[in-house]
Amino acid sequence: MQHTLSVLVENKPGVLTRVTSLFARRGFNIDSLAVGPTEDPTLSRITIVVNAENTPLEQVTKQLHKLINVIKVQDLDPGEMVDRELVLFKVNAPPERRHEIIEVANVFRGKIVDVGKNSLTIEATGAGDKLAAMEDLFRAYGIKEIARTGKIALSRGLREQ
Amino acid sequence: MRITGAEALVRALEAEGVETVFGYPGAVLLPIYDALYDSKQIRHVLVRHEQGAAHAADGFARVSGKTGVVIATSGPGAANTVTGIANAYMDSIPIVVFTGQVAMNVVGTDAFQECDITGMTIPITKHNYLVKDAADLPEVIKEAFHIASTGRPGPVLVDVPVTTAKGEVDFRYPDSVSLRGYKPTYRGHAKQVKQAAQLIAKARKPLLYIGGGVTSSGAAKEVKELAELMQLPVTATLMGKGAFPEDHHLFVGMPGMHGAKYTNYAITETDLLVAVGVRFDDRVTGKLASFASKAKVVHVDIDPAEIGKNKPVDVPIVGDARNVLAAILAELRKSGAEPRTEAWWKVIDDWRRRYPLHYEHGDGSVLMPQHVIERVDALTAGRDRVVVTDVGQHQMWAAQYVKVRTPRTWVSSGGLGTMGFSLPAAIGAKAGRPDALVVDVVGDGSLQMTLQEMATAASHGIAVKLVLFNNGFLGMVRQWQDLFYGKRYSGTVLPQDTPDYVALAKAFGWHAERVDAPDALDGALGRAFDADGSALVECRVAREELVYPMVNPGGSIDEMLGGIPGGPVSEMLDDETLKEVWE
Repeated sequence: MQHTLSVLVENKPGVLTRVTSLFARRGFNIDSLAVGPTEDPTLSRITIVVNAENTPLEQVTKQLHKLINVIKVQDLDPGEMVDRELVLFKVNAPPERRHEIIEVANVFRGKIVDVGKNSLTIEATGAGDKLAAMEDLFRAYGIKEIARTGKIALSRGLREQ
Repeated sequence: MRITGAEALVRALEAEGVETVFGYPGAVLLPIYDALYDSKQIRHVLVRHEQGAAHAADGFARVSGKTGVVIATSGPGAANTVTGIANAYMDSIPIVVFTGQVAMNVVGTDAFQECDITGMTIPITKHNYLVKDAADLPEVIKEAFHIASTGRPGPVLVDVPVTTAKGEVDFRYPDSVSLRGYKPTYRGHAKQVKQAAQLIAKARKPLLYIGGGVTSSGAAKEVKELAELMQLPVTATLMGKGAFPEDHHLFVGMPGMHGAKYTNYAITETDLLVAVGVRFDDRVTGKLASFASKAKVVHVDIDPAEIGKNKPVDVPIVGDARNVLAAILAELRKSGAEPRTEAWWKVIDDWRRRYPLHYEHGDGSVLMPQHVIERVDALTAGRDRVVVTDVGQHQMWAAQYVKVRTPRTWVSSGGLGTMGFSLPAAIGAKAGRPDALVVDVVGDGSLQMTLQEMATAASHGIAVKLVLFNNGFLGMVRQWQDLFYGKRYSGTVLPQDTPDYVALAKAFGWHAERVDAPDALDGALGRAFDADGSALVECRVAREELVYPMVNPGGSIDEMLGGIPGGPVSEMLDDETLKEVWE
């Protein structure tokens, strides 16, 4: 089962290594990882997507809690989170097919960020299924390269007073 | 006042009350060793290898309850501490390891004697630091000691580049620490405590299963009160030895792979396992599915990650063992609970009588290793003593036959099983408890891993008494070859005469004797224990003796090899005497 962990850590050197090496050490493969500062400059948020059964994952989250630099660990409920990822697709685009590709990009509210002689680079954001659908469609034209940021997520404001 | 980083480090150690450090100098440590030279408070014990420093600090911490301190140089010096740090990590022992590091401006350039020791020790430290700026030293050292000694204790490493040691700092040692991500839970949840007390009050076949956490939290008194109040049988793990007096009638031995049969039977049959400061290690549980499978489980531990890690738990209680047990006791007293274990004790006593630890004594010409342990125990029982062991067969015999009566008088490498641990650990133990008789039970394989520390003991006048079990084998591995690999002794044979251990010990200025017959044993041990300095008694023990009983690796703990035939419990309960007890 796929889990999205949101880990709040102290913004100090080496903290990312401590967090990620813990996953490797316990035999987990990280599917996606995104790190950045938060509203508090002394803290960073690490969003980790990992495929794991509940019981072994609970052991990892407990071990994460034990790291001195880790402030908070949340296993986000898929129904109560918003998640986004940003992807850049560099797609094969001979002049005669450009329009088709741009149309596909528009349908998904993608943005053309670079135009080459034989390629288009499209920026897209969204949740995983939308990006997967885009990738699927672009594959028909030939994808030269993909770069993705990794998923970021926050819990929804449902329970706010 | 502006002082150097090196001076600040020494001042910080003094402020922490450190009186002994175990170390080995090196180029990048020169500023620190120079500052140490002026300290009137701190005694530096020069080991002969940095692994020895880490084990010595570990042994020191185990017997004294204080945090052990290591100083090692950069590169190889730091790398040599790794085994010792891993050992302390596995057994939750508080040590702080200071390593030298190359100058900050060349860190990352593969400079001479550079290694990334903070990177290397992430998985085996509770936390570690690279101190880039001298100004950070006081706060870092304060945090290091705090983290090492609180919550679930463990090793902390502080890497100090030579530029930090030479840098300047306005020294002021902090009074307190504030770590946002580190707040151990000490008090147990009141509802859970109450639930645990209720289960204990109504259990007919309860069992108290205690480990190293009882010793580190100082909960021995509470364990004894609880056991006596409710007449609970108590089993203590290898790490828990000494947390409950082993000559007490409520004590039912060590559990697990080489535990007594009656102990493992009690675990298999119990209806309430009260686990305190333990981690359900595989050497204790054997096959998990059949470990205490009839029992509800209460698990008290300060580390939430241990609860439910191996064994599902009915009543989890995160907290300090002493606090939690005191709270459970208060609940039981308030409710006027009374023991209900009379029938259970009949069963256990019956098992204890029928399946005691047992070995063949031979015809009196051969020195049996179990006999040596029994004599060591008997000859030192009345004294203020600490028993240290190494790792292997001798360790398990010592665990079986040494009756440890008080906390912090048993020192053994549990989780990591580090051969070579005992000699340096014994030196550390003696430094931590100078008035105690420190007896090190060690094998011929183990001793040769760290025997250079004999020089440390001799040159610092730290008297340790080695009882060497020389069977000319790497005995425990050979035992498995004997049982599971058709007696093919691949790589496990050691020459019994090389080295000549008596001559070797004498070369270091030690008292030394060799014993190969039982009638000479007591005399030799007595002379060694009474000798002024360090001493070694080499015991030429029966070479192919096996440690029994033994749980088949991966098997259920009530199905044991060797010893007096018996088990599994499911079949024994058809026994008429047991039936009577339950009906």
